[in-house]
Amino acid sequence: MSSIKIRTKRLDGNTQIRTLITHPMENGRHKDEKGKLIPANHIQVLRVELNETNIIVCHMAGSISKNPYFDFLLKGGNAGDKITISWVDNLGKADSNEHTIK
Amino acid sequence: MPKSRREFIKSALSIAIYTLTASSGILYSKLAKAFWVKEYFSPDTFENTLHQLFEDAEFIDSRKIKLSRLPRVAENGSSVPITVSSSLDNVERIYILVEKNPSPLSAEFVLSPAVETRVSARLKMAETSDVIVIIEAEGKLYRKSKRVKVTVGGCS
Repeated sequence: MSSIKIRTKRLDGNTQIRTLITHPMENGRHKDEKGKLIPANHIQVLRVELNETNIIVCHMAGSISKNPYFDFLLKGGNAGDKITISWVDNLGKADSNEHTIK
Repeated sequence: MPKSRREFIKSALSIAIYTLTASSGILYSKLAKAFWVKEYFSPDTFENTLHQLFEDAEFIDSRKIKLSRLPRVAENGSSVPITVSSSLDNVERIYILVEKNPSPLSAEFVLSPAVETRVSARLKMAETSDVIVIIEAEGKLYRKSKRVKVTVGGCS
């Protein structure tokens, strides 16, 4: 299952894009139960594409909350438009998911 | 021979369309080329982070930036909601900074003209701090900040 959930909703002629991503977002300053530092593991780049064109790029640190939530507002938006959201983290892991506007 | 009126309008239009496509192309390629800069997100003082990002640029305090959903008192510093919106024109970037966090820059959003200036996120906040939002639009930097009291820190 993808780590990325995407939902869209029409709002006054625009389209709200909401995304929830499963990711630990460890900043490298937390300790585990044994007192050992947990290595940094956080998303660095999040991309939102509309029909394969970048519309938002977000760069982030480990100070974005665990399991990050974002929402954006697309101007207009038509049924059948394809939204693609992808992320890459500091360990080189990546994921992406697609959603079609209804 | 002068061109007919129709031909003139046709060529003027095609130039206008070309310019439009070309300029949006530049903006989109800006997004494609935008990359994660380690120095911006490294642990540092707030002042040094600002300097890394903007050197000595001046900020214009603006009422055209709205910080909604950001609470005055956050009971849980591990997830503080924020929605940034603005009526400023041609916004290209939004920066969210938490002054007292070990790494003050939380997120940088690069926006294309296809989206409204409105983004929401959830931040970790280590302690009570100002949250500073800086918007880059038409080569100028606009700023708005709000103090958030944190009851239980979120080890940001």
